[in-house]
Amino acid sequence: MGKIAVSCEEPALDSRIDPRFGRAAGFLIVDPDTLEFSYVDNGSSQAMSRGAGIQAAENVFRSGAKIVLTGYVGPKAFQSLSAAGIQIGQNLENMTVRQAIEKFKAGDVDMASSPNRMGHGA
Amino acid sequence: MKVAVASGKGGTGKTMVSASLVSVWRSPVIAMDLDVEEPNLHLFLHPEIKGKRTANMEIPVADESRCSQCGKCAELCQFKAISLMGKIILTYQEMCHGCGGCIAVCPEGALSPGYRELGEILWGRTNYGKFLMGRLRVGEAMSPPLMRQTKIRLTEMTDLNGTDVIIDAPPGVSCPAVNAVMDSDVILLVSEPTPFGLYDMKLAHQAFSQLNKPMAAIINRAGLGTSEMAGYCKSSGLEILAEIPYDRGIAEAYAGGRIIADIDGEFRKLFTGLADKIKSIPEASGRRGVPNG
Repeated sequence: MGKIAVSCEEPALDSRIDPRFGRAAGFLIVDPDTLEFSYVDNGSSQAMSRGAGIQAAENVFRSGAKIVLTGYVGPKAFQSLSAAGIQIGQNLENMTVRQAIEKFKAGDVDMASSPNRMGHGA
Repeated sequence: MKVAVASGKGGTGKTMVSASLVSVWRSPVIAMDLDVEEPNLHLFLHPEIKGKRTANMEIPVADESRCSQCGKCAELCQFKAISLMGKIILTYQEMCHGCGGCIAVCPEGALSPGYRELGEILWGRTNYGKFLMGRLRVGEAMSPPLMRQTKIRLTEMTDLNGTDVIIDAPPGVSCPAVNAVMDSDVILLVSEPTPFGLYDMKLAHQAFSQLNKPMAAIINRAGLGTSEMAGYCKSSGLEILAEIPYDRGIAEAYAGGRIIADIDGEFRKLFTGLADKIKSIPEASGRRGVPNG
């Protein structure tokens, strides 16, 4: 199974999910089989006035993850992730990274076909 | 002389002052509405529109078959208008500021210029002289590029020697407001003596001071709110050129699309006096060509 990028507040498996994809503090890149992980800081996206979602998508793409688990994804981030063939599980909030991975492994996360947030610049 | 009628806070009377000034100016003057997000000077000057053109901005169009995925374009763009995801090049045209940098750095010729419509530029005549305005397309977020093209149209319309320009500027202190005042000779700050009006007036005064141009204040709705406005102007060396009373007759005339200087002799005198004072301000000898905000 491919690696999973989970938007998180802190670099730990028991960190809460950061519900915002584009402006997440960072991403935990998790191997769902072994739960080994690395951390990708997303502070550069947080600092942008616009285009945070696009930059976050680039950060995830570079990490090699094939799946994103997060709360809300805007239209530009969705387009970027989709173009790279990255699948998106959204509406995951009020849980930890570990819980989101478990939910995904149990088959309880549907992959999204459209963004669940309006863009800010449109 | 180019006179920019600006403000910090919105709704303080920029358009009301601009329309009245144009109507009492007497010497040749062009009325120019640079509040392109919500132009409304035409509602008072009732120009006969003689011409218009669409304003476009250059954006990149990608030919993926020529792209070698070097990533130079995406690295250059500060606005994420172009992004490389593996072998796929994505352009987000509404994010593009039109600098043309991506097209210039592409070694493969995979990017060519396309266009995004910014809005339109309209011109014509009023009873008081020539008229020019920009109007941003609904959904477009970037007004400075349209404002620049509207200013280019101004230079096509007239030889600016011997003709003055009165610019109805957008409110605030961000890029559009700075763009509207940056190449004027005089900046008028229209404000109202309320706490909010004073606060935003200070912001505008601080922001525009860096342009080193003569600035002066016009207090609208005088008699309303606080006297701190007059105190601020005095302590910061900002001359108050006119005080327009807080008056129901003004509100009624304005709501009816009328020019305030036309209400009666008193108001006409107020604005002819203001026009004379503005014309006596020595033009800025300060630096020009300040970069865009």
